[in-house]
Amino acid sequence: MQLLNKKPESLLDVKMHYCPGCGHGIIHRLVAEVMDELGIRERTVGVAPVGCAVFADTYFNCDMIQGPHGRGPAEATGIKRARPDTIVFSYQGDGDLASIGMAEIVHAAIRSENITVIFVNNAIYGMTGGQMAPTTLLGQKATTCVEGRTAKQAGYPIKMSEMLATVDGAVYLERTTVHTAPGVLKTKAAIKKAFQNQVDGKGFSMVEILSMCPTNWGTRLDNPSEATKFVAEGMQPVFPLGVYKDAGAEKK
Amino acid sequence: MAEKKLMKGNEALAEGAIRAGCRFFAGYPITPQNEIPEYMSWRMPQVGGAFVQAESEVSAINMIYGAGATGVRCMTSSSSPGISLKQEGISYCAGADLPVFIGNVMRGGPGLGNIAGAQGDYWQATRGGGHGDYRTFVMAPNCVTELGNFPHKCFEVSFKYRIPSMVLTDGLLGQMMEPVDFKHPEIDPKSLPEPDWALGVARGRGKRIVKSYDLKEGGVEIMVNERVKRYQRIEASEVMYEEKMLEDAEVALVAYGISARVSVAAMKMAREKGLKVGLFRPITLWPFPKARLVELSARIKSFVVVEMSLGQMVEDVLLSLNGRAPVHLYAKPGASLITAEEVCAALEKIMKKGAKEYAAVK
Amino acid sequence: MYQGIRISGFGGQGVISAGVLLAQAGMMDGKEVSFFPAYGAEMRGGTANCSVVVASDEVTTPIVSMPDTAIVLNEPSLAKFEPMVRPGGLLIINTSLINSRPTRKDIRILEVPCNAIAAGLGNGKVMNMVALGAFAAATGAISVDAIARALPKVYKKLKPEVIELNVNALRRGAEFKVN
Repeated sequence: MQLLNKKPESLLDVKMHYCPGCGHGIIHRLVAEVMDELGIRERTVGVAPVGCAVFADTYFNCDMIQGPHGRGPAEATGIKRARPDTIVFSYQGDGDLASIGMAEIVHAAIRSENITVIFVNNAIYGMTGGQMAPTTLLGQKATTCVEGRTAKQAGYPIKMSEMLATVDGAVYLERTTVHTAPGVLKTKAAIKKAFQNQVDGKGFSMVEILSMCPTNWGTRLDNPSEATKFVAEGMQPVFPLGVYKDAGAEKK
Repeated sequence: MAEKKLMKGNEALAEGAIRAGCRFFAGYPITPQNEIPEYMSWRMPQVGGAFVQAESEVSAINMIYGAGATGVRCMTSSSSPGISLKQEGISYCAGADLPVFIGNVMRGGPGLGNIAGAQGDYWQATRGGGHGDYRTFVMAPNCVTELGNFPHKCFEVSFKYRIPSMVLTDGLLGQMMEPVDFKHPEIDPKSLPEPDWALGVARGRGKRIVKSYDLKEGGVEIMVNERVKRYQRIEASEVMYEEKMLEDAEVALVAYGISARVSVAAMKMAREKGLKVGLFRPITLWPFPKARLVELSARIKSFVVVEMSLGQMVEDVLLSLNGRAPVHLYAKPGASLITAEEVCAALEKIMKKGAKEYAAVK
Repeated sequence: MYQGIRISGFGGQGVISAGVLLAQAGMMDGKEVSFFPAYGAEMRGGTANCSVVVASDEVTTPIVSMPDTAIVLNEPSLAKFEPMVRPGGLLIINTSLINSRPTRKDIRILEVPCNAIAAGLGNGKVMNMVALGAFAAATGAISVDAIARALPKVYKKLKPEVIELNVNALRRGAEFKVN
């Protein structure tokens, strides 16, 4: 018998707390596979956010830190500047990165901190129970906009990759999705590139990953296609996939 | 001995931190502490350290949270409103047992207040300021030389007990220039052992986690109780204070930082008028020198607390003495400098009237 | 000896640098010293002042609220600091720029045309040195020579001829006597 695929060494064999159908587990595994493949596990420090991925510190098999809501890029800055021999990634959700942590992510990009940011966008606050996120779609229902988000009352969903693409210091920005198998493969390639950029000293890289939240979207848990359909038909038109910046490729 | 150098208090604090092995600084401009980030911005690269002008005080304290987690000696500084912004991060540092160093160059408050020197952040510094059950080691220098030397002690205590530490000073001490005498030999960070909790390059060891949470039932209680034991050790062995002319004193002025300097002048004036006055200066504000105050109360008739606030440290004096002696207060809030003449006049009033009860005497 | 000094004038008159120089000179002379500048918002709008203490014993309050000597270099400074001088203290007035006369009778007055003398030496910038020279001679708290020795420590980039010009200004100021 031949072992074709094994659990990555960079992910611990512990039970995750994520809901059925959630994308975090997939994304954790992709990050871990990349750490394995690049051989950087032993010098990687991960920053866990506040939000659904708060327990990421217990899942990854590398040094981890968990800090205040939204401040991951600041923590990552401190770690990287104090110990430039480490590889540092900040793992953040949409409330963490695009709401409370907006200043930190933008300024980390402005300084072109040589860090990797994994941004999981599922258009909802998960851990706190389904409140409106900065990326919640117009018309999408949440517990703080029960009739659906309106532009008049709550403004528009923020497009982080597009916005950060205007920042000179941002080196690599790509939006991917994990709601399809090809999307998962593309996401892994993007994550790998975002880490490779850091290894090569290129500067700030972020992968924005569209992900599912069946629990808080209210889609049926026994029918995952409802959630994947929301990504494809609801989120993707607002958050188009693609490379928004690849300055590293231009600089030779 | 090296030639004495005239330095600004803020610069001495920055240089003192570097001499104590600090190799990462993050801060944000705010008067009256701007000389600290300014100094660090050119000095850090000279010693192979890193300086970041953060986008906010919030970000700066979180950079320190990250840098501190790697075991590198690191510092942030600010003035009152900025220190308020840092409180969440300080709470996290305390909750994650990170030995980070913070400078607070106090100004008038609340709110935007003003930019003159004040002492209104005593409660914030000694009571936590951020959320949750924790302590911060707090030192209050009264001159530029102490500003230059206290970072050494702060880092020592911080790393020994894994607790955030703070130098609590004010705009007067920060802005003034005095000859500074760095008493400690310079620390080469490479000579310091790498802590067994520090994040970084694993080289075969298991993963490490820096965090302040524990969602298991009773988990946080266990964490805090373990911390309390360290706090008790600090209270038992790290208290610092200074006494002047207390041997024959009937009344002790109790003051810290800049107020203690004013009190020395007041004490001398009062002595010239035949009043037996001495000075008790807490150097560590937490741990507060409670036991020594109790000892002194056996022979000191009353205590007069002098503060540039509405009266904050006076509560620690009252708690320490617990009714053993009358406590009076001469306080001035709003970043208004107390003069020696005022304090001396207050002493005359108290000592000649023989007031027995706690009262604001202004 | 405990000498509390206030120096005040327009920004650009060298108020702050004169204060630092005095403190440096005092320190090099083996005395206890402190210097405290007005800072931040106080500095915006063109006026500057500082406190200097030179003492044989420890310096207590760095802000001099009742100066033994006030050196006022412009009109607004006279109005602000004349009332603060300790009875029996000294008020040094730059008569080149101040037309008003002090009203107090319980203090000593030293009138020095600082700008005029500095201009006579060929550089109006050294007017602050003229004032310091007058202070040194009138109080004896610190010698002109001590201030001269401190000059290259505070102004590390000054050329020798500029240092000499400053020293000359100090010596010219020292020729003035209290009325």
